[in-house]
Amino acid sequence: MEPPERPSRGAFAPWDEPAARPLVVFEGVTKRFGAETAVSDLTLAIYEREFFALLGPSGCGKSTLMRMLAGFETPSAGRVLLAGQDLAGMPPHVRPVNMMFQSYALFPHMSVEKNIAFGLEMDGRPRDEVGARVAEALRMVKLEGLAGRRPHQLSGGQRQRVALARALVKRPKLLLLDEPLGALDRKLREETQFELMALQERLGLTFIIVTHDQDEAMTMATRIAVMDKGRIAQVGTPPVIYEAPATRHVAGFIGEINLVEGTVSGCDGRRVTVATAVGDLTVADAADSVAVGQAVAVAWRPEKTRIVRAGEAISNGRAVISGTVHDIGYLGGRTTYHVDVTGLRLKAAVANAARSVERPLGTGEAVKLAVAPDALLLLVR
Amino acid sequence: MAGECSDRLRVPPMSERATRRTIILVPYLWLALFFLVPFAIVAKMSLSQVATAIPPYVPTFGLADGPTGWLAKAREFSLDNYGVIVGDRLYVDAFLASLRIAAIGTAILLVIGYPIAHAMARAPERWRPILVMAVILPFWTSFLIRVYAWIGILKPEGLLNELLLGLGLIGAPLAIANTETAVLIGVVYSYLPFMVLPLYAALERMDRTLLEAAQDLGCPPWKAFWRITVPLSLPGIVAGSFLCFIPITGEVVIPDLLGGSDTLMIGKTLWTEFFSNRDWPVASAVAVLLLVILVGPIMVYQRQQARQMEAGR
Ligand SMILES: Nc1ncnc2c1ncn2[C@@H]1O[C@H](COP(=O)(O)OP(=O)(O)O)[C@@H](O)[C@H]1O
Ligand SMILES: [Mg+2]
Repeated sequence: MEPPERPSRGAFAPWDEPAARPLVVFEGVTKRFGAETAVSDLTLAIYEREFFALLGPSGCGKSTLMRMLAGFETPSAGRVLLAGQDLAGMPPHVRPVNMMFQSYALFPHMSVEKNIAFGLEMDGRPRDEVGARVAEALRMVKLEGLAGRRPHQLSGGQRQRVALARALVKRPKLLLLDEPLGALDRKLREETQFELMALQERLGLTFIIVTHDQDEAMTMATRIAVMDKGRIAQVGTPPVIYEAPATRHVAGFIGEINLVEGTVSGCDGRRVTVATAVGDLTVADAADSVAVGQAVAVAWRPEKTRIVRAGEAISNGRAVISGTVHDIGYLGGRTTYHVDVTGLRLKAAVANAARSVERPLGTGEAVKLAVAPDALLLLVR
Repeated sequence: MAGECSDRLRVPPMSERATRRTIILVPYLWLALFFLVPFAIVAKMSLSQVATAIPPYVPTFGLADGPTGWLAKAREFSLDNYGVIVGDRLYVDAFLASLRIAAIGTAILLVIGYPIAHAMARAPERWRPILVMAVILPFWTSFLIRVYAWIGILKPEGLLNELLLGLGLIGAPLAIANTETAVLIGVVYSYLPFMVLPLYAALERMDRTLLEAAQDLGCPPWKAFWRITVPLSLPGIVAGSFLCFIPITGEVVIPDLLGGSDTLMIGKTLWTEFFSNRDWPVASAVAVLLLVILVGPIMVYQRQQARQMEAGR
C-alpha cells in the first residue's frame, strides 16, 4: 500500500511547538473493567484543530478512550484534561464535547429536524436561533429536503449525515467520532472522508476519530495514534507512521510489510547489520540504539523492493535476497509478487508503469529481490 | 408472451390459495365460535323478558316452531331491560364506579409498574429472566386464593393492622377491609404483572446509547427519561394500561371478596342479577352494555398494536 494522497494542510504541526498547549491530555490513564484492563497507563496530547485518528484492532480500547473523554466512563487511574481543566466528576451533559456514535443513536421518535435541534433546545437557545442553526446544519450535510423524515425512513448514508449534523450543530470544541463511517459502503465512505476533512478545516474544529481502517486514518488524520491492547504503540503523522513505524505491531498494522527476524551482528553508529535467515541485512539509519547479539527485526515495504530475474545485475549497495516466485497478484495499478525465500514469503510490489511488459515474470521463476539500505527499518519492539 | 408469463408467476396455484385462505379463516372461525355465537345468545337474552320458567325467560325458540313461529316470537323482543338499567341509578352508579376504579387502579399500576419494569430492564442481563419469572410467579397460585389471602391481611384483626399496632404507628385498627381502598389494593396486586410485562418488553428493547446520545447533547439524565425513555416506551404504556383497564372494569372476584357491600362494581352487579335475582335478561343487558363501553378502549388498543407492527418495532 502506498501512502494515500491527502490534501495538504500546510505547515500545521502544533505538536512540534514546545509553546503550544494541547486541547486534550490523557495523563497516565488506566481503565479497568473488572479483571480486564481496557486502557493501560496511557499518555497522549491532542492539539486544537487537529484531525486525530485512534487506530487499532477491535477491542484495543479505542472506544473506551473516547467514552472517558465524553464522560461515559470514569478512568480507574490518571487524569483526562480538556483545555487544561481536569474533567473528573464532570457529567457528560455539561462537557463541551460532542460525540457521534458508531450506531448513530438517532432518536427514533423524533424527526430529522427534531433530532438536530435537540442539543440546542437543551442549551435553552431561543426558538428562532434553533430554527436557523438547524436549517444551516441541514444545508451543511445536504439534507434540506428531509427535515420532516423519521430516522427509519432514511438510508444509512443519510442517517450518518443526520448524526453528524446533530453533533456539529452545537459547535463543540471537540467532536468525537466513533467509527463514523463503518456502516457505509466503500464509495460513500471515501466521499464522506473528504467531506469530513473539508468540514473540519472550514469550521476550525478539533476532531478525534476512532477507526480500525488504516486507509481511513491515513487519508483523514493530521496525526494517528496506533493502539495495541490498551496502550499507544506510536503517535505520528501518517507518513511517519508509514515510513518509520516504531514497533512490529505498527509496521504490521499499517499497510503491507516484509518482516524478518534476526540478531544484531555489527554496529557502526546508526548503521546496523543484522544476521537473518535471508542473509545479512544492513540498515543504514537505525532509529533505536542496539547492541551486538540483540534480537531485532528488519522490515521493509513491498513497494521499496526491486525484483529482477536471478541472472540480471543489480546496482551495488543494495541488499540482495534470492528466491522463487510463488504467486503473482495483479492489482491493475501494480503487481504484487510473493517470493519464497528459505521458508519465508516476502512481497515485492511493482508499479505497472507501461501497458505491457516484454517478458513478464512467471510463477516458479528464480528471482532476486533488492532493497536499498535506507529503505530497511530496524524494529526493536 | 412475457405478460402471460409474469401473470402466471403472480397468481399462486389453486392449492396454495386454498391453504392461505384456510389459514386466514381459522382465527375468524375461532372468533365466531367462541365470541360471536355466545355474544349473539347473550344479546338475544338481553331482549327477552324474565319469567318463572326453565330457562327463566321468554321467548324461547324451539326447532319445532319453524320460521313463522320464530318470527312471531321475535316480535316479543324489547329494549325494556336497557331502559331499566339506564333509568336505575344503581346500575349507572355501578358502571361509573367500575370505570372510576379501573381508571384509578390503572393509574396506580402505571406509577408502581413503571419503576419496576425500568429497574428490570436495566438489571444485568443474566438477572433479567429471573426477574421476569419473579413477576410471573404469583400466577402459579390460584387467583382466588391470593385474593382471599388479602382478606387475611387487610381485615381489622389481620396481619397489616397487627403489624402497624405492634409498631405503635396506629392506635386503633384501620378499617381497610370492605372498602374501595381494599378493592384498589387487590386490583393493583392482581394486575401488576399485566402492567409490568408489556412495559418491560418496551423498555428492554430500547437502545441505551440513545440515553448516552441525549446526555452527550446536554440533556441531564432525569430529562432524558422524559424526553427519550417515556416516549419510546409509549407502546408498552398503552398496552399495559389497556390490559389492566379493560378486565378491571368487569372485575367480579376482587370487589366481591374485598369490597364488601359498599363497593358496587358492574361485574358484581351482573353476578347478583344472574345468580341471586335470577334475572337473566337484565344481567345479559348489563353484559352487552359493558361490552359496548369497553369496545372503544379495545379498539384504541388494537389500533396501537397494529401501528406498532407496522412500524416494525
Ligand atoms: N462496559 C464494559 N464492560 C466490560 N468490558 C468492557 C466494557 N467496555 C469495553 N470493555 C472491554 O474493554 C476492551 C476495549 O473495548 P473498546 O474500547 O470498546 O475497544 P475498541 O473500541 O477498540 O474495539 C474490550 O476488551 C472490551 O471487551
Ligand atoms: Mg469500538
